Amino acid sequence: MEAIVALGQRTGVALAAHGLGKRFGERVAFDDVSFEIGYGEVFGFLGPNGAGKTTTVRTLSALISPTSGTATVAGLQLTEDNRARIRQRIAVMPEAPGLYPRLTIAENLECFAGLYALADPAERVRRVLAAVDLADRANDPCGKLSKGLRQKVSLARALLNDDAEVVFLDEPTSGLDPLAVREVHEIIDGLRGRGVTVFLTTHRLEEAERLCDRVALLSTTLRALGRPDDLRELLFAKTLVVRTSGPLPDPGRVFDGLPAVEGWRVDGEGLYHLTVSDQSAAAPAVTRALVASGADVLSIGESQHSLEDVYVELIGDDEAGDR
Amino acid sequence: MNAARTRIRAIYRKEFREYRRNWSIVSTMAAIPLGIVTFPLILVIALPASAAQGIGGDPLVILLGIPAIVPSIMAGYAIVGERVQGTLEPLLSTAISSTELVLAKGLAALVPSLAISYGMYAAFVVATEIFAQPAVAAAVLPWPYVVAQLAFTPLLAVLSIWIGFAISARVSDVRVAQQLSAMSVMPALLVAYLISFDVIHMTLALAIVIAAVLLLLDGLGWRLVTAAFNPERLITGTK
Repeated sequence: MEAIVALGQRTGVALAAHGLGKRFGERVAFDDVSFEIGYGEVFGFLGPNGAGKTTTVRTLSALISPTSGTATVAGLQLTEDNRARIRQRIAVMPEAPGLYPRLTIAENLECFAGLYALADPAERVRRVLAAVDLADRANDPCGKLSKGLRQKVSLARALLNDDAEVVFLDEPTSGLDPLAVREVHEIIDGLRGRGVTVFLTTHRLEEAERLCDRVALLSTTLRALGRPDDLRELLFAKTLVVRTSGPLPDPGRVFDGLPAVEGWRVDGEGLYHLTVSDQSAAAPAVTRALVASGADVLSIGESQHSLEDVYVELIGDDEAGDR
Repeated sequence: MNAARTRIRAIYRKEFREYRRNWSIVSTMAAIPLGIVTFPLILVIALPASAAQGIGGDPLVILLGIPAIVPSIMAGYAIVGERVQGTLEPLLSTAISSTELVLAKGLAALVPSLAISYGMYAAFVVATEIFAQPAVAAAVLPWPYVVAQLAFTPLLAVLSIWIGFAISARVSDVRVAQQLSAMSVMPALLVAYLISFDVIHMTLALAIVIAAVLLLLDGLGWRLVTAAFNPERLITGTK
């Protein structure tokens, strides 16, 4: 894949929010949101529909004004005076592609290359089209494109601004086929590699898990913030899953009192979930105890909670309450 | 070329391409001038030479309907069209300022409107000179009127554009915006028609007053439209 931009590595905080909030009259879109995101970080912003994600993106991209709190975007304080300068340093891919249907793909991109006042707009358009694998469709009218292709053009448009220090991507892989999703993931990895901060709003939890250095879960207020692994550790007890060829005659005699094993439960025939304080200490002890008891061990492994489990644990009650 | 000019040019070119490929705008922009110019032209060509003395007022003033209505069609589409297509948010996410956007869209509506208006005047003048009785042509085309006409055209077009923008930013349907914009320039047209039928007798002093009022309204319109152009309201639909 062709390199899109050549940026120097930056350090420090690219995007920060402190007690940020936005109200529309009585309705609270989001409230008391605080985080700091470094340059070159891919930050996942997750939450149910209506959680305030899009409004947060619009606020941070200097489209709308916050009603409380402060923010710094691409090194600039989010103020009325800095709006235009901030927008010159960011790129936004909104949830809806928002393309001019009567214009071709190239004409849509040429327009935005002009809006970013790029030095060599034609070359830049050629490169971003190559990056999203649309070079041979440049003269197709956008009104006749499929949803997935429109999504790719929208991504290409967000990649146009080679001065962008922060890129906001709102559901970038929505409507894309698996191969196109992989291409988008490679582009996001490429942005990270060049020190561009990516603020990724997505419903695809496996995508967030695969791409994001850290994630935040929003449901009007921030419910959690951290690396996916840290959130898992924070929310779920560490467990070992033991499978044997048949049920143990007396599992209590095998598991009780073992080092680092805090409890256990039977989850089916020959299936045991052990709550442990330290998996690396517990696993050898459990193995030895099972062998000593003469059990036919099929497997011993760590129980893996997905980001989806974290999401359901933190947000599930809100969504159930909304329904 | 500085960044602001590059951005204005980018929007101007985009608008032009969109208008050219929008059949509803193209057909309206063709039909309205033809409709406005046809009736006075037939009337003037059909007049006998003996009627020249009786021509009071200025049939040419009727043609001011073109710079009043044609730009309102484009200006009415300008903002609400972006909202309906979902293109306003990506557009406003760039570094373009409200002033630059209003200016670019204003120019994109003004230039074709002036071209059409002046083109239609030229066609009217040429057709009158060729097909009307010489005495009628002389009575219909006194040069001071033609010059005044040329001066009023951009002033009226600019006013029509600001009114169109103000309406386009407030409504959520393209056709409603265009119809309201066209209707809102009717008071100016009424004055033109009253002059045309000699109900208001045109004098140099009156021409200067009208030009001054239009100029004042144009300046006021620019200030009001740029001040009222609120990206947050346009994107979120809130007050």
